[in-house]
Amino acid sequence: MSEAPTTRIRFGMSSPGQKSAGEGASEEEPASEEQTLPPDARVDLAKERESTGIDEVFESLDADLVGLTPVKTRIREVAALLLVDRARAQFGVSTSTPNLHMSFTGSPGTGKTTVAMRMADMLHRLGYLRRGHLVSVTRDDLVGQYVGHTAPKTKEVLKRAMGGVLFIDEAYYLYREDNERDYGQESIEILLQVMENHREDIVVILAGYKDRMDAFFASNPGMSSRIAHHIDFPDYTLDELDDIGKLLLRAEGYSLTPEGEQTFRKYLENRKTQPRFANARSVRNAIERARLRHASRMMTTDEAVGRDELTTLMPEDFLGSRVFTEANGEKSNSDPA
Amino acid sequence: MRITQGTFSFLPDLTDDEITAQIQYALDNKWPCSVEFTDDPHPRNVYWDMWGLPMFDLTDAAGVLAEVNACRKAKPEHYIRLNAYNANYGKQTVALSFIVQRPSDEPGFRLDRQDAHDRTIHYTLHPYAADAPPGRRYNGQQ
Amino acid sequence: MADTEVNGSKQGTKKKKADRWSAGVIPYAEMGYWEPDYQPKDSDILCAFRITPQPGVPPEEAGAAVAGESSTATWTVVWTDRLTAHEHYQAKCYRVDAVPNTEGQYIAYIAYDIDLFEEGSIANLTSSIIGNVFGFKALKALRLEDMRIPLHYVKTFQGPAHGIIMEREYLDKFGRPLLGATTKPKLGLSARNYGRVVYEALRGGLDFTKDDENINSQPFMRWRDRYLYSMEGVNRAIAATGEVKGHYLNVTAGTMEDMYERATFAKEVGTVIIMIDLTIGYTAIQSMAKFARANSLILHLHRAGHGTYTRQKNHGVNFRVIAKWMRLAGVDHIHAGTVVGKLEGDPNATAGYYDTCREMKQPINPVKGIFFDQDWGSMPGMMPVASGGIHAGQMGDLLHYLGEDVVLQFGGGTIGHPMGIAAGAEANRVALEAMIKARNEGRDYRKEAQDILKAAAKKCSALDVALSTWGDISFNYESTDMPDVVETPTST
Repeated sequence: MSEAPTTRIRFGMSSPGQKSAGEGASEEEPASEEQTLPPDARVDLAKERESTGIDEVFESLDADLVGLTPVKTRIREVAALLLVDRARAQFGVSTSTPNLHMSFTGSPGTGKTTVAMRMADMLHRLGYLRRGHLVSVTRDDLVGQYVGHTAPKTKEVLKRAMGGVLFIDEAYYLYREDNERDYGQESIEILLQVMENHREDIVVILAGYKDRMDAFFASNPGMSSRIAHHIDFPDYTLDELDDIGKLLLRAEGYSLTPEGEQTFRKYLENRKTQPRFANARSVRNAIERARLRHASRMMTTDEAVGRDELTTLMPEDFLGSRVFTEANGEKSNSDPA
Repeated sequence: MRITQGTFSFLPDLTDDEITAQIQYALDNKWPCSVEFTDDPHPRNVYWDMWGLPMFDLTDAAGVLAEVNACRKAKPEHYIRLNAYNANYGKQTVALSFIVQRPSDEPGFRLDRQDAHDRTIHYTLHPYAADAPPGRRYNGQQ
Repeated sequence: MADTEVNGSKQGTKKKKADRWSAGVIPYAEMGYWEPDYQPKDSDILCAFRITPQPGVPPEEAGAAVAGESSTATWTVVWTDRLTAHEHYQAKCYRVDAVPNTEGQYIAYIAYDIDLFEEGSIANLTSSIIGNVFGFKALKALRLEDMRIPLHYVKTFQGPAHGIIMEREYLDKFGRPLLGATTKPKLGLSARNYGRVVYEALRGGLDFTKDDENINSQPFMRWRDRYLYSMEGVNRAIAATGEVKGHYLNVTAGTMEDMYERATFAKEVGTVIIMIDLTIGYTAIQSMAKFARANSLILHLHRAGHGTYTRQKNHGVNFRVIAKWMRLAGVDHIHAGTVVGKLEGDPNATAGYYDTCREMKQPINPVKGIFFDQDWGSMPGMMPVASGGIHAGQMGDLLHYLGEDVVLQFGGGTIGHPMGIAAGAEANRVALEAMIKARNEGRDYRKEAQDILKAAAKKCSALDVALSTWGDISFNYESTDMPDVVETPTST
């Protein structure tokens, strides 16, 4: 008969999760335990914040992402919570590891993936995540084709994401209402287990359209209850789209004439109302196409061209787009950038 | 006796934190890790059973340690080792390999000698545990 | 060749100097052996010689003389040269640099066409390049510093019988240096006592024990008896630890026939490794390398005698060249210095030797004394062996200087342990594993070496005693042979 697992001799092997106690490394290393501060001590939070370097993350968020004020506010709140937790820990006030699993809802091109990357970076700088990398997946990466295929696939993805953020795009595809035996359910169960037991190892972010995500949470209360932060990414306003376009143009080394600016704004106005509009992504596509038209225009010029011609987009570089013809009632099935 | 295969057998058994540090060293070197187990510790038993495939493209040690612990749970009386593999040109072999679990009792080996010609002796190494069939070897445990 | 145009102005000045003839030198430079415009071919064998010309001999002429005497030339012009494509077979000295801060010494670079050498023969290669020229009167001293073996020629050699990777897989030992010890005393032990040392050292924790270079088959212990008792020790130790272990059985003997007989018997009694001495000669080494590959034996080479021609800075053959030849010849282990031990070894020069043993590609590196880019193709590496006056207390430095793919041999540092041989072996193994563990954990193991060892010694009394016995012993003598560390080579 074997002994009960709890009393079984393991030759000094620690049980899972146990910290090195007495044996081994602990004696070799100088005491690294932080000293608890006396109750009357003061902690300079601004200094703490500076030492983590998270302001760089905020700056890059502001520089790279136009608008998104509610999202940015939420990120600052999370940062504040973790900073205060660190300060409390210095006084010996214990706090349970906060739940930071999140859902990002919003239309395509509203910056969900970019924010997830910055979030991973920020959580790493604040010491919540050990590595701070982002592993971005969809249903196909998690769910297998046959019996016994799903668990290893999901576990492999989770292992890759350990220490960082797992970003599941269009997470609602994991659940198929019409098929109870869909393998997606198995993946969800494994995800739930890891989200609960490995909070210090991984942050899971589920992303997708708001309405479909709401339906997904409604049918998966277990998942819903493990997501602490629901962050909605609103569609960009026309002004914001305009700003995004100018940001992108500047980064690529182009500028617009005043007429060009007007045409570009008109373009955005039309595009916004057409199908498969994808916010910032559509703006980027529009600029890519305009660059092509600009280049063709340059090649057909007989005269020598200068710096201005090479860096300036004209109204005709946008007017060639179907966006303007479809605004007159024609239809097409592809992105009419 | 204590079998001294592996990189760290002469040190006290590594704690989970110490194992994590070694795994992280491997991952930082871009070496995939794998977990293997056996109940036949003969030094020429090269192919221990694989606990899943080698884990490629990991960043953090927690995922590997989770597999070590899953293997320990399923095989509490087996030898378990952690291997790290270096796939770089010129290496393409194991870079680090150490035992992370032993059976609670290690009976060791019997050395059989067979007298041969001209005072030569043929030696055969026999693990006592191998007297029982696989799966029933150490305290009758899996 | 008299009709070859050679560097006009310099020749002009040379011709006026009649005393140049008095040293017994003929103008090799004028015969085409000095060719400063020559662009070495990828397939050329290149040599860097350190030359110390006799007074009055210009360095270019001295370099040309070395090129000539190590290839086609003799002391006078012969008409039979005209029957050959002589320019093809002539070695060409294409560059001469003054050695910085050293009066009268130059590095001469010489290119040899690959056609000058027989495929796969170290004997032929060395007879050509160091055959005659080292006794040459025109030179006070001559040293072969480095060679570039073109990949074309590398590929004609077998190379190491197994190489580092195969050795590790065969021994099932990864992630740390291997540990060995030479059985001591070197001479006088009976076979039965000898096997006891093997058993104790291996069961204590070493991977290998070793015959010494001069343990062959003497009256006090004949080879066959030594093999039998040693293998009893090896097998007992394997059973006691569950680890693969080995004893280097030295098969060095007076004739090839005797060596084959010993190696065959060593194989029959089940050893994983045999050993030869450098003194058996290059051809015998190549033969034993073939035997070792054919019979699954790792081949260890002791560089016995090399100090007679490798150590002096101005004359002989640098060890890095011997190491290159031995990698081609096909040994698996080669003694290559310790840096910290009792035998000669500058850290930078030793790093160059270790690179020569282990790397696939070696870039030019004056600091390490590497004069040429060397491409080994996919020829496996040799395991360098560090032996001579090293002990557990130096483990941090040893790992720092020598790396992971190395055999650390603690002879006295194992057998001289006050608590016995097995305790000595255990101390070395614990020190090594503790140091590797600390390094992998990201600690500054070299700086913290003493703390790491002391912490490990708390759980291992054998290591504790070893540290208090040898902890502060070091051998700090100035090296006689260091690279010149040429920062900006000045051309003459």
